[in-house]
Amino acid sequence: MLLRKLVTVLTLVLVTAGTVRAELLIRITEGADAAIPIAVVPFAEAGNIPAGDKLSTVVQSDLAMSGEFSPLPAEKMLSLPSKREDVFFRDWRLLGQRYVLVGELTRKGDRVSARYELFDVNTEERLLGESAGAPASNLRSLAHHISDKVYEAITGVPGAFSTKLAYVTLDKFNGKPRYRLQVSDVDGKRARIRLESQEPILSPAWSPDGKKLAYVSFETGKPVIFVHELASGKRTKAADFPGLNSAPAWSEDGRSLLMTLSKDGNAEIYRMDLATKKLTKVTNHWAIDTEASWDHTGDGLFFTSDRSGGPQIYYKESERASPRRITFGSRYNARPRPDNSGKFVYYVHQRDRAFHIARTNLKSGEETILTRTESDESPSVSPNGRMLIYATKQGADSVLTVISADGGAAYSLPASEGDVREPAWGPLVR
Amino acid sequence: MKLSAQSKAFAVLLSAGLFAGCSSTGETQDDGAYGSDVAAIDQEGGSTVYGGDDQGGISSSAMTEEERMAAQQQAEQEALRDITVFYFDFDTAEIKQEARDVLVAHAQFLSNNPGQQVRLEGHADERGTKEYNLALGERRANAIQRFLIVNGASRGQMETISYGEEKPAVMGSSESELAQNRRVELVFE
Repeated sequence: MLLRKLVTVLTLVLVTAGTVRAELLIRITEGADAAIPIAVVPFAEAGNIPAGDKLSTVVQSDLAMSGEFSPLPAEKMLSLPSKREDVFFRDWRLLGQRYVLVGELTRKGDRVSARYELFDVNTEERLLGESAGAPASNLRSLAHHISDKVYEAITGVPGAFSTKLAYVTLDKFNGKPRYRLQVSDVDGKRARIRLESQEPILSPAWSPDGKKLAYVSFETGKPVIFVHELASGKRTKAADFPGLNSAPAWSEDGRSLLMTLSKDGNAEIYRMDLATKKLTKVTNHWAIDTEASWDHTGDGLFFTSDRSGGPQIYYKESERASPRRITFGSRYNARPRPDNSGKFVYYVHQRDRAFHIARTNLKSGEETILTRTESDESPSVSPNGRMLIYATKQGADSVLTVISADGGAAYSLPASEGDVREPAWGPLVR
Repeated sequence: MKLSAQSKAFAVLLSAGLFAGCSSTGETQDDGAYGSDVAAIDQEGGSTVYGGDDQGGISSSAMTEEERMAAQQQAEQEALRDITVFYFDFDTAEIKQEARDVLVAHAQFLSNNPGQQVRLEGHADERGTKEYNLALGERRANAIQRFLIVNGASRGQMETISYGEEKPAVMGSSESELAQNRRVELVFE
C-alpha cells in the first residue's frame, strides 16, 4: 500500500549564486502515475509582462509538487486557449486530462492582473472563474495564489503553495562552519538569509501569523531562544536561563511559547507568556521532557519523554492533565508534530537501525511508517495537513524531503554545497 | 544492545590509555599489544606522559618508601588526568566503569585547586532527534558533574553545556564514528 502511491520524487537542491542568494531547487526524479492529470495552459499575455519564470510554469510545478497532480507538458497541448470559447473539451479528453486551467495576464501600471478559469474536462463545468492581481515584481506570489485556488477547487482542501519554509543550512566559510537560517517560498525559491552564525541554529518555529520565527541559537556560546520579527529583523531573547533553552513552539494565539528549560535541574517543558515572561511548568519529571507541540485544539500538547526508559511520545489533554503515552511500536519515538485536524501525530521512529518518519492515527492507535529513507528527522506538517517535510540524508549530505502526508508521493530537496536541515512549514496566512 | 561490542572496544582503548600512563611510572603492565591504539588516544588527547623520575630526580635515594609511593601516586593521577573525553552508549548517560578512576583523579585535582574551572561539554551522536539529543548531551554532562562533585569537586568550579548532535568529534555514520561522538569533554580553563 505504501509503495503504490509512492510515485513523485522531487529534489530541492541548495544552489549558492553569488554571495547573498542561496536557493533550494526542486528536482523531480520520479514521475507520477496515480496523480490527477491537469492541463495548465500557458496564460495569454496583454501588455508588458515581466520576463522570468512563466506563471503557468510555477503553477504546474506547484501542483506537481503536491504529488496529487500530474500536469501536462505544454508542448503536448493541441491548442493554447485562454478563455472558455476556445476550449475544445474533446481535445483535452483525448489527451487524457481531467481538468484544464486557462487564463490571461494583463499589465496595468505597476500591477499584473490574472483572469483565470478552471474546467472539469468531463462535465465541461466551470469550477473556478476568478481574477487576482499582484505587483508586477511579484508574479510568483500570484502564481502560488492561483495554485492554491486550483488545488482547493479540485480537492476541497486549501492549497499550501503560498506558505513559506524556514530551514537551516550548514556549510563551511573560511574554514569555519556557517549556519544560516533561511526563509523561502514553499518550492524553495526566493530564499532569504535571516541569520548567519558560526554556531548552531536549531528548531525554527513559525508564529501563527507567519510574521515571526522562534529558534534556538548558540551564537552566545550556549543555547538561547530568540524571537525574530521577519519584516524588521528585530530580535529578542525569549529565554536565556542557565542550561537548556530549547524546542520553542508557539501557542495558537501567538502569545506564549512552549519551551524546554533545564534551569531547575533537568529538561522540563514550560510555557512562557511572551509579554510578561512568566513561566508555567508543564511537566515535572526526572526524565527528559522536550519537543512539545500544541495540538489542534490549542489545549492539549504532545511531547517527547524518556520516562519509560527510552524516548516516547506522550500527550496531555491540558497543561495540568497527566500524560498519556501514545507510541509503543519501537523503543525510540520522538519529536511529535500533530496535524491541524487532530487525526494524526507525526514523529521520528526508530526501526532496527534506521530512523523513519511515522504517524499514528490518534483514534485507532494504528502506526504507519511513511518514509523509505533511513536517517530521518524534524517532520513538519503543511498547514493543510496534506504534505510533510522532513530532513534526511542522501549519501553524506543532509537534504529536505517532502512527502504526501499519507506517505505517498515524495520529492526531496538536497543542498549542492553543505547541508540543509531543520525545516519548518509556515502557516497559511490569509 | 548492539553497541556493546563497540563500547567494549572503547573500554579497552581507555584502559590501554591508563596503562600507558602507569607504565612509565615503573609498574609493569603487559599491554604491548595495545601499542598502536595507545598512540591514537595520546594524539587525540594531546597527552604527555609524566615520569616519576622527572620529579624525584636528585633526592630519590633519600626518599622514604612512603614518599616514593606518594610521588608515584601523584604521577599516576596526573597521567590519568590526561584523559579528558568520556564515552557513552547510545541513549544513555551512564558513566562507564573504566572511566571512574580517571574522573576521581579529575575530582581530586579540582578539590586541590579550588580556583580551577572546568567546562563539561556534553554531546550525542547524530541518531535520533536534535532536541532530544540536546537534552541527552546535557544529561551526560550532568552525570559527569555529579560524579565529580561526589568525589570532591565543587559545583562552582564547573559549567555544563550541551551541544547535542551539533558538534561531532568525527564525521561519519559508522558505529565506531558514532561511538566517538557520544561523549563528554572536560575543558579546563
